[in-house]
Amino acid sequence: MSKRYAGIDIGSRSIELVVVDDRGNILCSLQADTGFDPMAEAGRLISGVEYDRIMATGYGRSLFEISFEAPTVTEIKAHAKGARAFFPEARTVLDIGGQDSKAIALFPNGKVKKFEMNDRCAAGTGKFIEIMARALGFDIDSFGREALLAVNDLTISSMCTVFAESEVTSLIAKGQNPREIARGLHISVIRRVAGMISRVASDGNLVFTGGVAKNPCMRTFLEQKLGCDIMVPDDPQCVGALGAALLAVEKD
Amino acid sequence: MTEDYRSMWTDLGLNLEAHDALLGVLGPAYQNIYLAQKDRPEGMGYFDFVMSEVHGLRIKELLDEKKAGRKIIGCYCVFVPEEIALAANATLVGLCSGADFATEEVEKLLPRNTCALIKSSFGFKLGKVCPYLESADMIVGENTCDGKKKAYETFKGLVDNLYVMDLPQVKSEQGRILLKSEYLRFKAAVEALTGVQITADSLKQAIRTVNAKRAAVHRLSALRKADPAPISGLDALLVNQVFFYDNPARFTASVEKICDELEKRIVESKGVFPKKAPRILVSGCPQAVPNWKLPLIVETAGAVIVGEESCVGERGTRNLTDDSGNTIEEMMEAIIDRYYQVDCAIFTPNPDRLAHIEEMAAAYKADGVIHYGLQFCQPYLMESIPVEKALEQKGMPTLRIETDYSMEDMGQLKTRIEAFIEQLR
Repeated sequence: MSKRYAGIDIGSRSIELVVVDDRGNILCSLQADTGFDPMAEAGRLISGVEYDRIMATGYGRSLFEISFEAPTVTEIKAHAKGARAFFPEARTVLDIGGQDSKAIALFPNGKVKKFEMNDRCAAGTGKFIEIMARALGFDIDSFGREALLAVNDLTISSMCTVFAESEVTSLIAKGQNPREIARGLHISVIRRVAGMISRVASDGNLVFTGGVAKNPCMRTFLEQKLGCDIMVPDDPQCVGALGAALLAVEKD
Repeated sequence: MTEDYRSMWTDLGLNLEAHDALLGVLGPAYQNIYLAQKDRPEGMGYFDFVMSEVHGLRIKELLDEKKAGRKIIGCYCVFVPEEIALAANATLVGLCSGADFATEEVEKLLPRNTCALIKSSFGFKLGKVCPYLESADMIVGENTCDGKKKAYETFKGLVDNLYVMDLPQVKSEQGRILLKSEYLRFKAAVEALTGVQITADSLKQAIRTVNAKRAAVHRLSALRKADPAPISGLDALLVNQVFFYDNPARFTASVEKICDELEKRIVESKGVFPKKAPRILVSGCPQAVPNWKLPLIVETAGAVIVGEESCVGERGTRNLTDDSGNTIEEMMEAIIDRYYQVDCAIFTPNPDRLAHIEEMAAAYKADGVIHYGLQFCQPYLMESIPVEKALEQKGMPTLRIETDYSMEDMGQLKTRIEAFIEQLR
């Protein structure tokens, strides 16, 4: 029987686990909330699957390395690897996760050429979108769909999550349409990530990964802003874990 | 450390409680960062000793020098010519500016968005924890960046012996005239402080002493070109940091001793990292003791730092002073020529610095460059973008980081730096 390779991506909001065979075919893909005890959650996830080798990525990777004696790889390399597995022609990866966002430019052979990260505050991350959805009374899954229904433009000037939340509160108090506020919030995130993409000076096919890639408004407006088609894997949240699993195959 | 030092520190006016707290952090940090390294050169034992006695024995030595009639001059910048101090029977020491201290007190005097280095220099004064500062008979501030220039206006109210040296901002005929007049003014001020007239003999001797110290560091730097690297970037940075504190002759002898050992290592192909480990050149803001944050992250991630384009590094130590002059005038001209070449980011434009980064990257066979910028350090952060662009155009991977002395961004920095190192493998 072929060896089984696992990749685990321990992010700030969720943990993903992907198991592949030695040719990189996905055998299973699991997800759990990170919660308050990431290692306990990670332990529960891995206890449910069989594998021969495992590689960890995500912000909890160092803790996993100590707890489970596994090799690690950064989110940047893991996402680059995972995105290319879905789309071999990818030259740029945009990952917007719960805690940070990153733009990664790739060489034609898939190696990382350059990357930019927003990692010191919540602006332009999944956390920003989550907090704004809550401020407007939308649930996270419908937030993007509702924003797409807005007709008029509305500019949100604050990038900072704290200031943007108070801006949203005052817009609500002025009687502005929540869908239009939602649209404005999405556009403000797009502006920020488009800046990151241009700083890595990448062109060519863009793959959008991470939980925020599930948001249809983000996809639509990002395509409009960049003037190109973007590719989103079926399960954009598992890309990092898949990348780690594939790197475990390569390492063996 | 012994009780002996406690009375010395009390006499210097240090706040013993705060000073104990500082040493209580420094000691274990040094243990975890430095002593935990593997395969260190034996010669580093001297530098471990220096660090363990950095506020003890070395201060006692300085106080003994003072008792014997020497004067101590403290400074914050590589533009202050050590040759002039030594020639007038004074000792030049670098002052503490590498750790956050008494931040709340500092922010009563300086805006929050002041760089960590300037805040630190104030913190060590306000917290009364820098024995070098308290031992100094003269403290030299220098008009480099706007932050420092304006901060010295306030610092003047905290000490009674601040001397401010003006510096040119453009490399022009007028710029050199300014540097010359400022160095002549400094010479007169040092002579007035010590009561010792500089002679051609004493100046020549001083130039040779400082050149010897620089030459030893040049020798060490050249040995870092070897693969596998015979010494870690952490250890080499420490040598460059101690450059500012130690007795010059003893420092020179200790560095030469390490170099002898490293030469043997190179012959045996012995290194502190495996051959082919990614090689990093660090470029940018100075890393003063105990700011070891960047090399710690880089080297625990498996890459090795092979050079520092920095004031605490090659920007500060490159170029010897011509010692062939016979008159004071000729040698002063040589000193001005030597320091005038320092390519600090306060100069505009500053093309020599980029040329030096490229030269170092090639000479030390760097696989990538990390541009180290202190948050709010406008001159180096401004230069970091064109530096990054120019290096990447030539195919040299470059990572720009912007950080401070706090540990709150360790996780994020680790991810970025590890990803950058993965990129180089």
